[in-house]
Amino acid sequence: MTSSEPDDAILDIHDMTVAYDRRPVLWNIDLTLNKPGLTAIVGPNGAGKSTLIKAVMGLIPMASGRVTSWGRPVGEQLSRIGYVPQRESVDWDFPINVVDTVLMGTYGELGWFRRPKRRHRERAMQCLERVGMQKFAKRQIGQLSGGQQQRVFLARALAQQADLYFMDEPMAGVDATTERIIFELLKTLRDAGRTIVVVHHDLRTVKEYFDDVVLLNVRVVASGSVESTFTAEKLQATYGGRLSILDTMAEAVRMQRETR
Amino acid sequence: MTLLTQTNLVLIGTVLLGITAGLVGTFAYLRRQSLAGDVIAHSALPGLCLAFLITESRSVIVLLAGALITGVFGACMMAVLRRVSRLREDAVLGTVLSIAYGLGIALTRVIQNHYRDEQGADLESFIIGRAATMLVGDVVQIGIAAAACSFAVLLVFKEFKLLSFDESFCRIQGWPATGLDLLLMFLTAVTVIAGLPAVGVVLTAALLIIPAAAARFWTDRLSGMMWIAAFIGGVSGATGTLLSAKLNAMPTGPLVVLTAAAFFVVSWMFAPQRGWLWNRGASREELASAAEEIISGQQTSAAEAGT
Repeated sequence: MTSSEPDDAILDIHDMTVAYDRRPVLWNIDLTLNKPGLTAIVGPNGAGKSTLIKAVMGLIPMASGRVTSWGRPVGEQLSRIGYVPQRESVDWDFPINVVDTVLMGTYGELGWFRRPKRRHRERAMQCLERVGMQKFAKRQIGQLSGGQQQRVFLARALAQQADLYFMDEPMAGVDATTERIIFELLKTLRDAGRTIVVVHHDLRTVKEYFDDVVLLNVRVVASGSVESTFTAEKLQATYGGRLSILDTMAEAVRMQRETR
Repeated sequence: MTLLTQTNLVLIGTVLLGITAGLVGTFAYLRRQSLAGDVIAHSALPGLCLAFLITESRSVIVLLAGALITGVFGACMMAVLRRVSRLREDAVLGTVLSIAYGLGIALTRVIQNHYRDEQGADLESFIIGRAATMLVGDVVQIGIAAAACSFAVLLVFKEFKLLSFDESFCRIQGWPATGLDLLLMFLTAVTVIAGLPAVGVVLTAALLIIPAAAARFWTDRLSGMMWIAAFIGGVSGATGTLLSAKLNAMPTGPLVVLTAAAFFVVSWMFAPQRGWLWNRGASREELASAAEEIISGQQTSAAEAGT
């Protein structure tokens, strides 16, 4: 993540501040993504990671700041942006099955009043196949396990056919198979030229999965390639020496050294 | 010999109302705004009275216009209070509803006292409905409102579906989620207000909630739920009307709602897969075979992960 012309940047966040109840949740965030890749956002609980993604996409208002994507305000580029939310934000009792959920990813390009056509349904099934969920197409979504639900949401984001993806803890609380499937998929997307920004919950896998990392704790502590940024001292600065995660940090740094 | 007896007239009105309440109510239910219909209905009462006091007109259209204005105002007050104050959902609901209804009752008394000797103001009849005295004009109004609301719901079906299921995703795709929410609220208000002459303030919200809630038991598809709700709403309207014609002392409104309630109880008890009887205590054999399926599924994915 170098600073080149903001006009060409895939994502440019400038001086973003988000407040809640008179408290800053995010302060003076500056971030620029110039090339396709897998970027992780990590930080302690309450650091504002989810808030950052939501504010970028306009789901939460900013107290100040400006976010552009390919030179234009994000609101004008929504057709090129995909989103995988946290699992808690959905009503799992809703009367909808797996394939219809994925089909919703195509709604953005349909325009008002139009129904999805056969090619959209075919795309939905293809996306389901990419996440290995095609057998569950007609299942009601509440009947799936956590990992399966996550894969369905991923398929929905794939159906959006976006260039820039935001994912909020997609691998949290999923089984090992699902985590592997998700990561393989993200790699495929990255190799195809997409940019994926992931709020990631597990420090131990950052080095293995991601190209770049943003260390966030209300402000950006550090950002850059995983090699240069994911260091013990920067993690220390981010997590503020909280005892409960010292072991995790140590292990993360150890694994980083081992995989060098 | 005319087919258009009073009963047939009321029948058309209540069936149209029931169908529309089923369609609109499905989304109100999923959007957790079912009780908003109740607030709108109760907020409509002061509007009816004020419309009469200001214009001195007994025209149903004028009265209902006033009802619509205060009804929508009540719903907006709810939305504002929710955002601005720290009150919880149920407190907001109760507050707005009680204030509006209290105001409405007070105004009906004012009107009753003032116009004691004149007939026809009869605003209290809007409280439980006066289907028996509906005129052709009333039914035409209901028909137009019902057709317009139903058409609107079907037109933005996928937009409402998206909004109800995942509001964040709806927004990030670029849809005007707030505008869609307002549209749904407006359709709810029109349905509720249109139903006032037939079913009355107290019960009209029930038609929005009960058919949709009953329909939920029968299907896992949104389109299915919507049409089943419309069916239950329509049949409840018809049944209530015919029963009321048979039992002379009974007003139509409560009978329509009781029919819908009966549908609900039947759905709750007997619906396959989601009904109570269906789910009551699986036998050991059923549990054993389901456990077998789960375990073999685990073994399969363990084997796959190992490769």
